[in-house]
Amino acid sequence: MNAVLAAIALLILASAGIALTLRNIVRSVILLVVTWFGIAAFYLWAGAEFVAFAQVLVYGGAVSMVVLFAVLLVRHGKAGVAETPAPSGRIVSALLAGGAIAGALAGAVALTPLAPAAGPAPFAPVRHIGVLLLNTHAASLLAAGAILTVALLGGVVLAAGGGPEKEDGP
Amino acid sequence: MPHAEPWLERAPLLLRDAVNALLPAPARWWVDSFLDIAVLLGVFGLLFAFLTLAERKVLGRIQNRPGPNRAGWGGVLQPFADGIKMLTKEDIVPRLADPILHFAAPVALVAFSLMSFAVIPYGRHLLALDMDSGVLYFFAAGASSELAVFMAGWSGRNKYSLLAAMRALAQLISYELPLLLSFVPVVMISGSLSPSAIVTAQGGWHLGFIPRWNVLTPWGFAGFAIFMVASLAESNRSPFDLPEAESELIAGHLTEYSGFKYALFFMAEYFGMCALGGMAVTLFLGGWQAPCAFLGFIPSYAWFGAKLLALLLGFIWIRATLPRLRIDQLTRFAWKFLVPLALVNLVTVGFWHLSASWSRGFDPLRWAIAIALVVIPFVAMGRRLSAGLGPRTYRFAAQ
Repeated sequence: MNAVLAAIALLILASAGIALTLRNIVRSVILLVVTWFGIAAFYLWAGAEFVAFAQVLVYGGAVSMVVLFAVLLVRHGKAGVAETPAPSGRIVSALLAGGAIAGALAGAVALTPLAPAAGPAPFAPVRHIGVLLLNTHAASLLAAGAILTVALLGGVVLAAGGGPEKEDGP
Repeated sequence: MPHAEPWLERAPLLLRDAVNALLPAPARWWVDSFLDIAVLLGVFGLLFAFLTLAERKVLGRIQNRPGPNRAGWGGVLQPFADGIKMLTKEDIVPRLADPILHFAAPVALVAFSLMSFAVIPYGRHLLALDMDSGVLYFFAAGASSELAVFMAGWSGRNKYSLLAAMRALAQLISYELPLLLSFVPVVMISGSLSPSAIVTAQGGWHLGFIPRWNVLTPWGFAGFAIFMVASLAESNRSPFDLPEAESELIAGHLTEYSGFKYALFFMAEYFGMCALGGMAVTLFLGGWQAPCAFLGFIPSYAWFGAKLLALLLGFIWIRATLPRLRIDQLTRFAWKFLVPLALVNLVTVGFWHLSASWSRGFDPLRWAIAIALVVIPFVAMGRRLSAGLGPRTYRFAAQ
């Protein structure tokens, strides 16, 4: 069982790591999708079928397409391409920001008291998940939907551009 | 059950048990899984082969020509001749192509389309994988194939195939939404995401002779129609076949493919068509249930096969009948017509679910309201969408 988990973890970490180092952004995106599939495999390993298939449907099917469209259709102006290596100040600030987020996450994980699971994990049928989502947690589901809609509208506004002065072409 | 199940119904189980009895106990789980996979591959591989033949024969008949009739008796061996030809053709990879992705795209496409066969109940006892969230699994496997289309278009380093891949993706994403929305009513009514439970919920007869299939309700009919249109588009079938419109767009994202990889794309397309047809049978046409009680002696998998073949022949007939859409007509049809209709259908099924407790006397009213909820938006939106488009005038051809 632990060997399977180790293989899944290796798949997730290796694909994410290689995706970060590649210069070709389309290959990075495809490796990122491999990472998402790995996360779905982890959910399957943990016995959460519903979440695993939802992960594949949403991330593998939809979000990956959005990312690919964004990568390929965004206008690559001369200023937008980072051909030269980034200045050291940017590298330092990137490392600081990434390290801060990683530290916060690691601290949160380390400080959470994880009680050892008592007995077998509870089996959650899909019907049970549906009842929980639409009765008990309906308000938070609606809030998440509203936030995502606002984010989508913001994305459309940003992508549509400001005005006619941007129509000059590269 | 008053009498034992007929022998034909149990025949696949008996065959499996006979194979199992020959093996030691620890190997049985593996052999069972392997048998499932082998049977699915064999049956759908042969179905694919003869479906290509049937398609060419039926298209030929509709267009008043004989179709393939040289290999074998009346052309029966044509698919195998085609297979040998495809296997022995040269496999060309462009020099600047991305070799890994160029190879992985057809493999991923076929793998994902084969995966979706696992959860369809083919008969009372014929189901490879009985999952609580099987319908979700089916559509997750289908959604993953979009990535393979992109990989095929991008890896060839050909701007035409890349443009075609983006066009194909726009189509696949547009029709994903009505496809997913159209099966939600079925899930709402049967209260389950498991295909076998959905089929069981459609058992029995109204008034003793009308089957309780979902397609015979107002919301089910609308959902079935939306599902079929969307699955035509998802499997790149005519009239939505412009991802690889071979007569005008040099096969789209398949431009840089040749030989057996090219054949694999077509295999995946036919597999996808069979899987979506099978899911349509499961969700709307009662799955393996017989249409009349006295026809129950025919084994359930034969009913499933008959319904699936009828749907596939319908696909072929549509291909012979309708001309290809333009990309703007295609996306407009999805976003301005199918998606709103599918959303209205959710309201209809909500009403149907809530009015289930009405007394029998109100049944005509219940049906009338539900039919009105389906027909009025259809007519209103159809008129708005087609306003200003007709009647067509033929300025040059009419002389």
